[in-house]
Amino acid sequence: MDPLNQFQVKTYIPLSFLGIDISVTNASLFMVLSVGLFCILSLMATRSRSLVPTKMQSLVENTYTFLNTLLQEFCGEEGLKYFPYIFSLFIFVLFSNLLGLIPGAFTSTSQLVVTGTLALTVFVSVTIIGLIKHGFKFFRLFLPDGVPFYVVPILVPVEILSYFMRPVSLAIRLFANMVAGHVMIKIFASFAVMIAGTAFLPLSILPLIVNTAVTFFEVVVALLQAYVFTILSCIYLNDALKLH
Amino acid sequence: MDVEAAKMIGAGLAVFALLGVGIGLGNIFSSLLTGISRNPEASKELFSKAILGFALTESVALLAFIVSLLILFK
Repeated sequence: MDPLNQFQVKTYIPLSFLGIDISVTNASLFMVLSVGLFCILSLMATRSRSLVPTKMQSLVENTYTFLNTLLQEFCGEEGLKYFPYIFSLFIFVLFSNLLGLIPGAFTSTSQLVVTGTLALTVFVSVTIIGLIKHGFKFFRLFLPDGVPFYVVPILVPVEILSYFMRPVSLAIRLFANMVAGHVMIKIFASFAVMIAGTAFLPLSILPLIVNTAVTFFEVVVALLQAYVFTILSCIYLNDALKLH
Repeated sequence: MDVEAAKMIGAGLAVFALLGVGIGLGNIFSSLLTGISRNPEASKELFSKAILGFALTESVALLAFIVSLLILFK
């Protein structure tokens, strides 16, 4: 029982387009599913719009308001232009995380490729936004005001390095959280199976109880990681917009 | 030493980073409690910042965990 077995990408329908492998795998299927699920949810919720919202409608509305205030808090008014991007980022990460918690389902955010692509998109777009907005002055990001001149040769390389480590840390954080959580669940589940094979069969309830608690914890982590991913994207965006 | 045994020891050593993470997480939440008890009105704002700090610190622990998994299963 290898706990890393569940992260294997399996090809369902092999497809190829101009020499690029675009097969339908469990990873891509669950990515499409997470987006489609939210689309269906929000379409259903807003089908009969009313002044006094139903439960479904207020769920979607509150998600919208929550992210709107979050973005405004971190980036101010001028950040609101980028609201659709931040919103879709949050929803995609959240739904991929939560869908993965269904037993037997695949977590698409447990692939470093997926989180790496998300993080790189944030990094590249934020850098381009900053360059367009500030032009050459954007590079002042690496040199904060009021720094004594003898610290500059040390500070600038460190700042540049930390700037380029941003997408790496963003990607690894989400990936590691998801992998660690699912491995933990799998390990406790295999404890239960191992105990069930011995004379102490009733004792196998203990790892099951732990597993229930861990699953609950993982739901919290799934929400939290989507939140953190969004907040950090907002902070990076704010850096590019306002330059410290 | 046997390679398999050395792997096990290495994986155990790799999660030693949890020592620092434990101290860090304790620090974050103790400061959060102090802050909230001094100024209960700011609790909402403090909490979201503490959660951010929690996630950033926890990612160090997860990095160590991934390293130990790589040692064990690669």
